[in-house]
Amino acid sequence: MKALTKSIWVFHFAAASCNNCDIEILDALTPRFDLERFGILLVGSIRHADVILATGAISHKAAVRLKRLYEQAPKPCLVVAVGACACSMTMFRDSYNMAGPFDGLVPVHAYIPGCPPKPEAMIMGVVKLIKALKKG
Amino acid sequence: MAEEILAKIKEKFSWQILNIFEKSPRRAYIDLKPENIKEIVEFIFRRLRARFVIVSAVDTRNAIEILYHFSFDIEGKIITLRTKIDKQNPEIESVTPIIKGAEWIEREIYELLGVRFKNHPNLKRLLLAEDWPEGKYPLRRD
Amino acid sequence: MAKTIIPIGPYHPLQEEPEFFKLLVEGEKVLELEIELGYNHRGIEKIAESKSYDQVLFLVERVCGICSTSHPFASVNAVEELADIKVPERALYIRSIIGELERLHSHLLWLGLAGHFIGYNTVWMWAWRYREPVLDIFEKITGNRQHYAMMKIGGVRRDIESDDIPEIWKMVDGLLPVLDMFKGVVMDDPVIHARLKGVGILTKEDVFEYGALGPTARASGVAIDVRKDDPYAAYPLVDWQVITQEEGDVFAKAVVRILEMYESVKIIKGCLDKLKVVGGEIDAKVKEIPPGEGIGRHEAPRGEVFHYVRSDGSNRPVRYKIRAPSYMNVPTNQKSVVGGTISDATITLAAVDPCYCCTERVAVVDKKTGKKGLTGQDLIKLSQEKTLRIKREMVV
Ligand code: SF4
Repeated sequence: MKALTKSIWVFHFAAASCNNCDIEILDALTPRFDLERFGILLVGSIRHADVILATGAISHKAAVRLKRLYEQAPKPCLVVAVGACACSMTMFRDSYNMAGPFDGLVPVHAYIPGCPPKPEAMIMGVVKLIKALKKG
Repeated sequence: MAEEILAKIKEKFSWQILNIFEKSPRRAYIDLKPENIKEIVEFIFRRLRARFVIVSAVDTRNAIEILYHFSFDIEGKIITLRTKIDKQNPEIESVTPIIKGAEWIEREIYELLGVRFKNHPNLKRLLLAEDWPEGKYPLRRD
Repeated sequence: MAKTIIPIGPYHPLQEEPEFFKLLVEGEKVLELEIELGYNHRGIEKIAESKSYDQVLFLVERVCGICSTSHPFASVNAVEELADIKVPERALYIRSIIGELERLHSHLLWLGLAGHFIGYNTVWMWAWRYREPVLDIFEKITGNRQHYAMMKIGGVRRDIESDDIPEIWKMVDGLLPVLDMFKGVVMDDPVIHARLKGVGILTKEDVFEYGALGPTARASGVAIDVRKDDPYAAYPLVDWQVITQEEGDVFAKAVVRILEMYESVKIIKGCLDKLKVVGGEIDAKVKEIPPGEGIGRHEAPRGEVFHYVRSDGSNRPVRYKIRAPSYMNVPTNQKSVVGGTISDATITLAAVDPCYCCTERVAVVDKKTGKKGLTGQDLIKLSQEKTLRIKREMVV
């Protein structure tokens, strides 16, 4: 686990989100916030990922994909729920097409609330996660 | 200009139109029988060259109402064709053979409200998962 | 030659409905495109039936994050039409300012990602960097970078203070040289010309058949823009123009978006000027929503948003229909992508401005073996390599 704390490669999984959270994730990579200077890199394949950044509530169709993706991820793999939707589904909770929040489907290690969370909040969430990992 | 459009439709389809409701100069609703829809849609789309906006479907508890919205952009007018179909046997002629852009929305109404569109080229699910139970329509109210 | 199926998607973060594109290709050529939806279907129309009109605004705001004011905008237009509510003039200007600021940030976002796809990563980083000041202004006047919650039935929720006006003015002024730079990059770069011109063409007739909207339609010479056609908010009160291009290719779509940003700046400045002199209330008192129906439209960055509301006199809608512009624009890909090459597919799909990051999860599957051949990264690489190749040929 500790090895993970050095240079985290993240994979971005967008379920049924409004995509604002997703934009903010990408935003965190661009010059203003520049997450890459901490060695955090967005990767295109789940097989390279250490952390899954999950956004949005989960529809039935997406749930199937999520499970498959999680199985493909090299373990240990951490899951961070980004945004209010991913944490608790907020107003989409009662919808007929929702399969449940992320933590009902895969283990979630950190929650970053907000709608959408600011890039600063995301960075803080990741830092906290790293600190927790270092403690063991 | 805007009145002209309605006049043209009235003139051509006077005997099919059940009612015209002009909410404002820019919005008009035309009530029709389901069997006449296709013909009038074709006229409005092909002849008057209105832009197809979308189809909405409403479950009014005792019937399913289908609304075809068309926009006349130069006049800034939206004309809505409205028809009621039987809820027990919801079936209507598809307009996709005339308007390509209507393919998705008809599929969506098919799965969310259970309306069958006759002669639709590709009537299958659009949004819901494959294992969604048959015969359960989320937008129905019963 | 063996036919290959390339699935693109279904996940990409930047659009209201993740789609799943399946490209059937032969060698380099795209033969067929199949689009599958539903990964992002949240049943918003159904949820809206259980919310009051005020709550619906917050709900529809979350239809799409990039156009997060477009849906509430269309929604208030619909309800105001239904209940015949007169909105105070000051609120109209504020609404338009928010709408146009959103267009600025959305088009910049698109520009950046389009740049990324053809291998201009600098453009991506630049465009997103210059997008930040717009978000700062949003944070300043609305309290949030996105999801501004400014719209309210009968007006707006927050005023723009006169102290804030110079700052907004300064921001949009600062954006102008940036726009000039991007205009220069797109218009004068021979590589971009070679890469984007004549790619993914959509004709006027296609636009009509598919009911395409917004910049997608305007790039094909169809001058539709709800802001002009069915004027609302402050758009008829200030001076601006509808931008069109004739060619209908990816290049034209990029040009339309860039030129539109200038118009947005113009609208914002016009509205700010008026704000200085027009005082008064920013919202009207709303008592009851009568039974009836209303149609609300708004020209979002991607095209017309259409909302249809039906009321039975209670405080909740009976039916709430939402039609986002991409719903009409995305099927046009069936026309524009087919017949082109795979390396052009990414940028053509992106030109409609539906989604970008989907392509990060692209995988090429060989039809016979079902084995993965290329990943999403590879497809973007393919696209970027083509740019490089052209560059080399031109000895730039
Ligand atoms: S938490 Fe908010 S911003 Fe994030 S996906 Fe959900 S609705 Fe969108």
